Amino acid sequence: MQDAAHGALAPDAILTVDHLTMRFGGLTAVDDVSFSVRDRSITSIIGPNGAGKTTVFNCLTGFYKPTIGRLALRHGGAVHLLERMEGFRICKEARVARTFQNIRLFGAMTVLENLMVAQHNRLMVASGFSLLGLFGAASFRAAERAAIDKARFWLDRVGLTDRADWEAGNLPYGDQRRLEIARAMCTDPALLCLDEPAAGLNPRESASLNDLLRTIRDSHGIAVLLIEHDMSVVMEISDHIIVLDYGRKIASGSPENVRNDPAVIRAYLGEEEALPPEIAADLEGGR
Amino acid sequence: MATVTEASTPHRGTDVITAAKEAAIAAGVMAVLALPLIGFILVDVAGGVTLRTRFGGVLTAAAIVFVGRFVIAMLRGRGAGPIAHLTGLVTRRVAGWGAGRFVGPALVGFAVVLPVLPFSDRYIIDLGTSVLIYVMLGWGLNVVVGLAGLLDLGYVAFYAVGAYSFALLALHFDLSFWACLPLAGVFAALFGIILGFPVLRLRGDYLAIVTLGFGEIIRIVLLNWQDFTGGPNGLSSIPRPSFFGAPIGRSAPEGQTPFHEFVAPVMEPIAALFGGEWGFDAIHRIVWLYYIILALALVTNVFTLRIRRLPVGRAWEALREDEIACRSLGINPTNTKLSAFAIGAMFAGFAGAFFSARQGFVSPESFTYIESAVILAIVVLGGMGSQIGVVVAAAFLILIPEFGRDFAQYRMLLFGLAMVLVMIWRPQGLVSGREPSVRLHAERR
Amino acid sequence: MEYFVQQLINGLTLGAIYALIAIGYTMVYGIIGMINFAHGEIYMIGAFLAVIAFTGLGIIGLTWVPAAIIVVLLIAMFFTAAYGWTVERIAYRPLRGSHRLAPLISAIGMSIFLQNYVQIAQGAKIKPLPPVVQGNIPLMESASGFTVSISYLQLIIILLTVGLMLGFTYLIQRTSLGRSQRACEQDLKMASLLGVDVDRTISLTFVMGAALAAVAGVMITMYYGVIDFFIGFLAGVKAFTAAVLGGIGSLPGAMLGGLLIGLIEAFWSAYFSVEYKDVATFVILVVVLIFRPTGLLGRPEVEKV
Repeated sequence: MQDAAHGALAPDAILTVDHLTMRFGGLTAVDDVSFSVRDRSITSIIGPNGAGKTTVFNCLTGFYKPTIGRLALRHGGAVHLLERMEGFRICKEARVARTFQNIRLFGAMTVLENLMVAQHNRLMVASGFSLLGLFGAASFRAAERAAIDKARFWLDRVGLTDRADWEAGNLPYGDQRRLEIARAMCTDPALLCLDEPAAGLNPRESASLNDLLRTIRDSHGIAVLLIEHDMSVVMEISDHIIVLDYGRKIASGSPENVRNDPAVIRAYLGEEEALPPEIAADLEGGR
Repeated sequence: MATVTEASTPHRGTDVITAAKEAAIAAGVMAVLALPLIGFILVDVAGGVTLRTRFGGVLTAAAIVFVGRFVIAMLRGRGAGPIAHLTGLVTRRVAGWGAGRFVGPALVGFAVVLPVLPFSDRYIIDLGTSVLIYVMLGWGLNVVVGLAGLLDLGYVAFYAVGAYSFALLALHFDLSFWACLPLAGVFAALFGIILGFPVLRLRGDYLAIVTLGFGEIIRIVLLNWQDFTGGPNGLSSIPRPSFFGAPIGRSAPEGQTPFHEFVAPVMEPIAALFGGEWGFDAIHRIVWLYYIILALALVTNVFTLRIRRLPVGRAWEALREDEIACRSLGINPTNTKLSAFAIGAMFAGFAGAFFSARQGFVSPESFTYIESAVILAIVVLGGMGSQIGVVVAAAFLILIPEFGRDFAQYRMLLFGLAMVLVMIWRPQGLVSGREPSVRLHAERR
Repeated sequence: MEYFVQQLINGLTLGAIYALIAIGYTMVYGIIGMINFAHGEIYMIGAFLAVIAFTGLGIIGLTWVPAAIIVVLLIAMFFTAAYGWTVERIAYRPLRGSHRLAPLISAIGMSIFLQNYVQIAQGAKIKPLPPVVQGNIPLMESASGFTVSISYLQLIIILLTVGLMLGFTYLIQRTSLGRSQRACEQDLKMASLLGVDVDRTISLTFVMGAALAAVAGVMITMYYGVIDFFIGFLAGVKAFTAAVLGGIGSLPGAMLGGLLIGLIEAFWSAYFSVEYKDVATFVILVVVLIFRPTGLLGRPEVEKV
């Protein structure tokens, strides 16, 4: 499993992406992107719509098989090559959890059940693949209680304890976003991938999201990879930012570096030369 | 609710006119549709067919549609209330998983005492047995369709596998019903796994068609593999289940005690108490079969209720809700679906073994697509995921023909229509009366 | 060799009929993404209308064959289309946008309903139709005296199907109705925002599919001479298999798939076993769905996450 091809992984990197390319027919959605995510850090991927951010996520979490590229995740003393793994194993073995841009909860199931499903693999073993469970073995009941405790822990963290027995589909939007994060956390991830977690949140909610993500990084020591448009979230909490445009990486670095990078400004605002002078002046003034 | 009703009150007058208009249009369409197919009937005459007219039928059909459409329009005019409210109430109160509290035990109690009730005769107990077979099949299919959300249109194939497994094992290896029952379940489950493995990754609607294909393939094979399955004539003289080793019949084979002699030490005093005599009676076998299927059905029920609260059951429901999210949580979709498919198939296999033991005879005719459709209809109309709903729907389906030939004829017609209406009125709401598999807080009542 | 050619002709005839039904499946699937499970029943209704209309024409004395066939086709197409339209209105339209299995279950319910409706209205016995078109054209003869021939009816079926396919392709590619239909196929919501009357387009899709199925029903009635209320099931599954084999959603695919299924069935019956000819279709269905769900000419579906 240890790789020798592209040199050793950076010692503190949990995820190393090398030359990731994803083509759909003639369209190249992600073009030769390389980056790494340090352990216990928050890394953000930003870029205009259609820059290929979600495609990177889908490659990481096994929904797409990359055309080219290596995605190495270090966890539990082993290196997992994500591009070779079947979708569900990426969460089960490499411990990469994710949320979705358009929330994907189990709508007809309760909040608590959503979190129990996230602990499926452990509970499945504890239930003796259902045999022990059918006869109500004590060991299984204990494992289930532990699972409920873990769920309650994350419900407390995201402030949904009171709504634990609600149908997930009936929760308000912001709660659904937080529940999805809690559900991902219940899988005990090594890397948490969040696809626009602040989308549709009001300023108060995104402030508490910032706190939550910091807690996940600092208290639980989990690396977070984030796709986000809300700059108040990105700039405030990111340790490292990667900027994509038209599928290519155009910049990366600390929030400060990225903010002042001319390539990034061009990507977001277009070619400066092309702007009419009065608009350019406005932008200059506003900055 | 109240505000909606009030708001629509001033328009009540126009409502009636609009409703009447809509109903008239619908009736007109029905008349057009009915004209060729109901208005003319093909009648056999020597050397071919001729036509007879039946325009009264067209008018009747149009009138039925007029009334039906009018009622629906009027109900809708009052804010979609009554129907949604009523069905919601019914699902919550009666048909939910947890409704076992009151209705469930009462039904079980009734089923247990049915054979000794004064009005029970051979015919009624036989009917009860038929209903229970469908209840069991419905509960088994409910695991696949209601819980895991996999639309299986070939469920009857597993029923057939169970039935033929028992028949063949009994005829060739002289094994008893009780030895074959688990084997029939295992064979059916194996078939489920073999058939399911390649196709369970398909999208829901493709899966439905493929399972239908499998069902037909198995039936056609049963029909044509003369040497093994007896072809269209099927297999006969399948042994009946014994009573703990004692065959039920007037006399027993050499070295065995028939049932009525086997239990005579207990039954003779009891019979004497009521001033009767104990001896062979053909009804013993009917009652015994009834209790076997009752026990099998209850095992199915308890099993599904329990497994629903286990991780695998929750994973089934999660898969039904969102497969992509399941994969992102590390759940193996294929294995999880396969387990639902195999367990559903296993129960069909048990039911099949019972079926052939009861009939003493199996032929491919009992395992057509229609049979699968009937079981699916029971599950859908019972409210997918609801255990008691399945019982009600199965009882309804089996009992309707008993009210007369006319009803029998209209039975499947009404079932088809009801499937459409249930989907329209409560497309996904069928599971809304669902009881959570686990709670954090005590239930507030 | 001669036997082979004869089977080829028989297979093409059968394939033409499957192709006509398959178009209905593929169009509906293309536009609203559902399997119209009741489509086989629509075809069965077309067949019943054919027997009724032919018998009726016989009674009123219209016996000039070309005119009779045309009148019967028109009657069957009109009423079958009305059934197709109504089915969509009642069973599918209210379910647009709901859970994916809901329309499918509704369609299964509709299929059960229509089957029993026809059974109750017309009886469960098979309905015979005396041969309408007789005679055939001998094509070649083998040394052993086996004559290969194509019957006039087979010729009519194949030519009519080809004509309908051409007209239909023109309709879809060149007319405004076809444009709206293709627009809806691409993106229902966007099409409606751009002023396409989506409801009407979907209705017309069902109407067209039903009308083509009616033609298939009329043809099969003339070809086999007997029908019953249950013929829609097998024909439906086979035509659906044809649509899947060709690539569901693709019109040329449905035509190609129909022909292939017809040929496979004819050759399978001729060279392997008649008993298992339906198994052949089902096996093709399963194998195609497992290994190439996009069929021969279909576009791949990308999973949206």
